[in-house]
Amino acid sequence: MKTKKIIFGIAFLLFFSLILVSAFQMRPFGEPVLSEMDDYFIANAQQETGTNNVVTSIVFDYRGFDTLGEATVLFTAICAIIALFRGVSK
Amino acid sequence: MISNFPYIAVIVFISLGIYTLIFNKNLIKIAIGICLIENGANLFLITLGYKKGAVAPIYTMAPAGQSMVLPTPQALTLTSIVIGLATTALILSVAMMIYKHYGTLDTDEVRRLRG
Amino acid sequence: MSPMSKIVRTITKFVYSIIIIFGFYIIVHGHLTPGGGFQGGAVTASAFALLLVSYGSLASKKFVKKDFLSFLESSGLTLFIALAFLGLGTTFFYNLLANSGGWFGNVSSVGINPGDMNTGGVVPLMNMAVGLEVLSGLGVILLVMAGAMEFTKKKENL
Repeated sequence: MKTKKIIFGIAFLLFFSLILVSAFQMRPFGEPVLSEMDDYFIANAQQETGTNNVVTSIVFDYRGFDTLGEATVLFTAICAIIALFRGVSK
Repeated sequence: MISNFPYIAVIVFISLGIYTLIFNKNLIKIAIGICLIENGANLFLITLGYKKGAVAPIYTMAPAGQSMVLPTPQALTLTSIVIGLATTALILSVAMMIYKHYGTLDTDEVRRLRG
Repeated sequence: MSPMSKIVRTITKFVYSIIIIFGFYIIVHGHLTPGGGFQGGAVTASAFALLLVSYGSLASKKFVKKDFLSFLESSGLTLFIALAFLGLGTTFFYNLLANSGGWFGNVSSVGINPGDMNTGGVVPLMNMAVGLEVLSGLGVILLVMAGAMEFTKKKENL
């Protein structure tokens, strides 16, 4: 049991150090590299969908399939919770 | 160094979550670790989309002459937050049913009492 | 859960309607101001959580029934998918109503503007559908888990 814990600790420290090194090698904060798609959205969302809120136009129009999957996941989780507690709460 | 501070915050979140997942046996603490990892991932997505000195991508009464942050990471983070909420609710429900059946939340105890 | 003290119950009686109205405001103005269906639904569900905590689980069921909320959740998701099928003449999730002049069909002025409620096409309707689904879904989760918590406590005392 103790050796297992030591092995886990060494693996965790290795993971932590690697991920910390990668954090110091990231690009500087606040300067995105590739933004052509987002520039298109910001420039054209008002003519194409008529919404002032660009985030909403992406969520419900440009990337509607993501929102469909998300709503389905939420619905499935709620169905699972109701099925799990069937007969328990009235 | 100081410009990389949000990435280091992300690293701290994810490392604390993985530490909790490895070294704890309580189901509620495991749920807390999963929540920490989710929050780290969401913070990382938001951090990738930030542009220095920019405003939110909403045209209603926006200040004139300023650039806007990237809207796509924000939309995907919204998706991620709702899925994380559904997952957390399901994990907590299963933990409640395990507590009702076994009388404990320790994973070793649950394994020993089977059968 | 046992109900909390009289001070908490009185404050809840004044505050919960304001929270629900604020959530509906966030849902309906989702295409103009920060917010949308998910955020407004979460705000409205927090009002349900406040009712549940302050009045206890049994008294709270007089306000909202579980079966009614479950029906609202299913109808919200069905309405969302039906609105997505509405644009199937061109493609799935096509914004049929935008810039058409009819329902929510005014042409939005480009650039910084104070905002027009009657724009956006399908987007405000989808906001309402998703908001309905999220608020009733989170309400169902709260009600079911609170009832099961009572059951678990009884089992523990045996």
